[in-house]
Amino acid sequence: MSLHPFAIELLQLSLLLGLAPAFAGWVKVLKCRVQGRTAAGILQPYRDIRRLFGKDIVLAENASWIFRFTPYLTFGVTVIAAGIIPLVSVDLPLSATADVIALVMLFGLIRFFTALAGMDIGTAFGGMGSSREMTIASLAEPAMLMAIFTVSLASNSTSLTQMVSVMAHAEFVIRPSLAFALAAFILIALAETGRIPVDNPATHLELTMIHEAMILEYSGRHLALIEWAGMMKLALFFALGISAFCPWGISPGGEIGTLALALVMLAVKLMVGALVMVLIETGLAKMRIFRLPEYLGSAFLLATLGMIAFFILE
Amino acid sequence: MTNTLAAQINSLLAALILLTAFALLAQRKIIALVHIFAWQGFFLALSTAVIGFASGEHHLYISSFLTLGMKVILLPYILYKLVHKLKIHRDIESVVNIPTTMLLGIALVVFSYHLTAPIRELSNLMTRSTLAIALATVMLGLLMMVTRRHAVTQILGFLAMENGLFFAATSATYGMPMVVELGVALDLLIAAFIFGIFFFHINTTFDSLDVDQMAKLKETD
Amino acid sequence: MAPPLDIAGFSVLLLLALALLAPLLRSVRTLQIPLAFSLGAAASLAAVIAGVITVADGSVASATLTLGIPGLPFHIRLDPLAGFFLVVIGLVGFFVSIYSIGYVKGYGGVRSITQMICFYSLFLAGMLLVVLADDAYFFLVAWELMAAASYFLVMYEDERAENRRAAFLYLLIAHVGAIAILLAFGVMAGQSGRGGFDGYTFDAMRTAHLSSGWAAAAFFLAFFGFAAKAGVIPLHVWLPEAHPVAPSNISALMSGVMIKTSIYGICRFAFDFIKEFPWWWGCVVLALGLISAVMGVLYALMQHDLKRLLAYHSVENIGIILIGLGLSMIFASFHLPTLAALALVAALYHTLNHAMFKGLLFMGAGAVLHATHERNMEEMGGLIHRLPWTAALFLIGCVSISALPPFNGFVSEWLTFQAFLLSPALPHPLLKLLIPLGAALLALTGALAAACFVKVYGVVFLGQWRGHQKPERIHEVGPSMLGGMLLTALTCFLLGIFPTWVIAWLDTIPKQLCGGRLAESAGKFGWMWLTPLSHERASYSGPVVFIGILAVVAVTWLLLHLRATRVGRVPIWDCGFAKLTPRMQYTASAFSMPIRRVLGFLFAVREQVEIVPQTNHPAMPGTLQYRLRIRDRFWNWLYEPQGDAAYWIARQVGKLQQGRIQIYLLYSFVTLIVLLVFLG
Repeated sequence: MSLHPFAIELLQLSLLLGLAPAFAGWVKVLKCRVQGRTAAGILQPYRDIRRLFGKDIVLAENASWIFRFTPYLTFGVTVIAAGIIPLVSVDLPLSATADVIALVMLFGLIRFFTALAGMDIGTAFGGMGSSREMTIASLAEPAMLMAIFTVSLASNSTSLTQMVSVMAHAEFVIRPSLAFALAAFILIALAETGRIPVDNPATHLELTMIHEAMILEYSGRHLALIEWAGMMKLALFFALGISAFCPWGISPGGEIGTLALALVMLAVKLMVGALVMVLIETGLAKMRIFRLPEYLGSAFLLATLGMIAFFILE
Repeated sequence: MTNTLAAQINSLLAALILLTAFALLAQRKIIALVHIFAWQGFFLALSTAVIGFASGEHHLYISSFLTLGMKVILLPYILYKLVHKLKIHRDIESVVNIPTTMLLGIALVVFSYHLTAPIRELSNLMTRSTLAIALATVMLGLLMMVTRRHAVTQILGFLAMENGLFFAATSATYGMPMVVELGVALDLLIAAFIFGIFFFHINTTFDSLDVDQMAKLKETD
Repeated sequence: MAPPLDIAGFSVLLLLALALLAPLLRSVRTLQIPLAFSLGAAASLAAVIAGVITVADGSVASATLTLGIPGLPFHIRLDPLAGFFLVVIGLVGFFVSIYSIGYVKGYGGVRSITQMICFYSLFLAGMLLVVLADDAYFFLVAWELMAAASYFLVMYEDERAENRRAAFLYLLIAHVGAIAILLAFGVMAGQSGRGGFDGYTFDAMRTAHLSSGWAAAAFFLAFFGFAAKAGVIPLHVWLPEAHPVAPSNISALMSGVMIKTSIYGICRFAFDFIKEFPWWWGCVVLALGLISAVMGVLYALMQHDLKRLLAYHSVENIGIILIGLGLSMIFASFHLPTLAALALVAALYHTLNHAMFKGLLFMGAGAVLHATHERNMEEMGGLIHRLPWTAALFLIGCVSISALPPFNGFVSEWLTFQAFLLSPALPHPLLKLLIPLGAALLALTGALAAACFVKVYGVVFLGQWRGHQKPERIHEVGPSMLGGMLLTALTCFLLGIFPTWVIAWLDTIPKQLCGGRLAESAGKFGWMWLTPLSHERASYSGPVVFIGILAVVAVTWLLLHLRATRVGRVPIWDCGFAKLTPRMQYTASAFSMPIRRVLGFLFAVREQVEIVPQTNHPAMPGTLQYRLRIRDRFWNWLYEPQGDAAYWIARQVGKLQQGRIQIYLLYSFVTLIVLLVFLG
């Protein structure tokens, strides 16, 4: 027995929508444990989101429609992106909508509007956050695409479905290029999702915040949408990494058995991935903003070496 | 272990050697440079052993052990002691323009790929594709010697260059004759001692290991 | 229906007639502007129709005019490549003409409207003739007509010294370029093997068999000339000077269309005349494209004059187009027609897209200028409240140029990325490796462009008003200006949503120029799915992305508005300190500061901070002045030495001038003797 592709699509979307906060909660719990603190529980993000949805909105007097529209757009684009990355099954109808380059650009669209929203009110914080976010993004994007292109060259495709099925079914080969690309991808994913050492999601200290500075003026359901989309984005970056570099166990069709196996594999990979990230975040300190070019530069170097290794060694 | 797997592992090790070569270029802390150099030697030893196993050239095992002993244990240990004795283990070279050096490095890798293309066509050894990496390691070592100012980092650049040459020999022809290798190893050891003595002299004369200070030695201004 | 060549001819004649009749129209004072620009719009629309039909049919038509020098008739020809550029020129011309009805009104009573109309129509006619011309003479006549008309338009507001200087610089570089193009034609004609004047027709050049050296000479001379017109780095210095000082409708035409005629010229020379070329030509084009793209966007980021910033973005986008062309040339030189077709389509698509969004952005900048009389972004802010429609339309332009889906800039950049990733098909090992590395630079360009337009939009339209005049006096622009921008924005959107149709329509051009076709594979899965080579390689669906986002946004909005929540409006949170003032906002210079610091070594940046202490408390800073000056390094490296050399030579030659009649007679005498010696 197998599920219709559209059913799988719906399943994946609802899983990501529903479980992204739990994943964010899991990351927080792990981080607390590693740092010797008591955790608020894996369900805390749900409580936060519910609380925010119940609150009234406080808007600055001169907020324009861009400020009010951005949370919806952010959420909408994130949901679409969630439907594109194959997580449990290769046979995903929405996956053909956008390939991996378009996916990166969709995240770029979110960033563009969030940065605009940061500048909409006209406070110094918002502008500072937007400026820093766009600087980091413009240095991160080449490295991001280079890392992904290495996989694309190996699988002869930029279509996620194709990349996943090639990578999942290829016989086991040690590929230094992919190892480099993965290392670069991890560095960039930390930057793109605003984690330590690039940004600190837990701080509201004036001089260090980047992403939080842009969304400082948000409240109520707007903030809830942005937070929720942010949690999904974190999960999606893990999902993208898993799909591109280690999609083993993904279901080739829609059979229930393989789907269940794929789900379990995915859960395990996500948990392990979260642990790796928590260890990185705990082990490193947040960098000064002008150290970041070197950090992102080394990510770019790794990605480039990956690509060079692909041509020289493989 | 089949030959293809050995070739793959060797490729991975080659990639790691290249990575350490870049890490040597990028790292500013002197003590960390010594660690990276030790890692490079380790990958080199491992790669030599793998090639030895896969090709059946058992003398490569000896080379591998020699590399392990010399470049992973002995030389880093000497340098480590030296750095501590000279009290420069906290030193940082601040004037290096890392991003430009990195870009130059990438260009050098591409260049060595281009240079070794004809050899790749002719050779039928399983290690032929790593030759470009080996040449690149040599060039990166040279680049490090050119861009760095500190005497210790210069010697590290020199040693990294030698690593590259050794790697080139194993990838091109499954290693040099044993006599040559032993000779080179001995030379290196002696070179390291001589360098050590020189460092002491430079340090006491100029109160610094910055080789730019040696510009003071020229007679005309 | 009339054949497309006739329609195109009608369009040109209408424009020329308009230029001649412009003085007569002055008598119908109130109707002069609407009438003239409606005619301009009609002529542009005719050009669009002619072009659309030609490209769709893949037809070639040519004619010989009984004009020109006796024995040297002018030839015109309309093939798909020319047709495509007719569409580009015509579309932008159409939108800008509508926009101009409102925009030019602002000059009424201040400046000569007749002059504007006359040169405007000559400029449009010149551009149309450049792509229609089919012999070297006529091409150069049209090229000069275009250059001269645009020169006078740049000079339109000639009371300011900087405008005159910019116009002169423009004219100078345009002519250096024109000489190079003339020489290229000379080489082609000289080597075509036909005697006399016959060699100057493009037909002769198509059939000419050039030795590789002469072919390279011809191509690179032409490339130099066209690059000077297109503003390819390092020949770009005139562009950010001349484009901003022209009236905004003219800037839209110059940046959107005029520089595209160079792309036409390069395509014509490479793919139509020479056809067989070595791969390194493509590499040169690709490398210059990459440099122009990255440096263009970086310089743009450093600007705070809105129109100057947009002008630097033209340099960037020309770079992106050249990247596509260069890749196409590389693929074509290795005889990979389908891949060459993909890269060529990417380049042409970006040509069309850039014409649209840059036209839109310049029109938007014109609207802002019209409403605020301000070009300096640091004096703007919060215009979204005063100019809501302009702000919305300008946003579409910003999203398009930043290559973000679902708008049009994204599609062409996406196609260019696809072309980059096809490098493993090349038989040359080094190119295989190097070409994908170029994709990183394109990614950097795209991301920096996004950063730049966040800056532009955030500083100009968002936040609070920073300027000196009262913001209440700023009003939304008139319907014709909004109409022109709305149509352009709509085109941007449609080009982004329906790429398969555009590619299917374009298909005849790659078929004729490099023998490959794309439409069959690109549209294999219907109009909704764009699959450039095969669906396994890559696919993108603009409609699904757009409708999907729209649907999720709508559903979320509805769900969240089921329950009434209060939206409270409060003053900006000021952290409990004194009241925030608009001066405390992030400025354009502040926004780009991190990038200036990271990549500052590429510019000549000079920062000065001057702190004057308070008179009664010497320890307390009273006023602080910050000066920032960023210069184009190319100016110091390339142009200043040349300028100095020119002055030096002029001074040396000046020594000949003695002011005494006997000396001049002596010069004539010596010349005579020298000539006699040589002739004898």
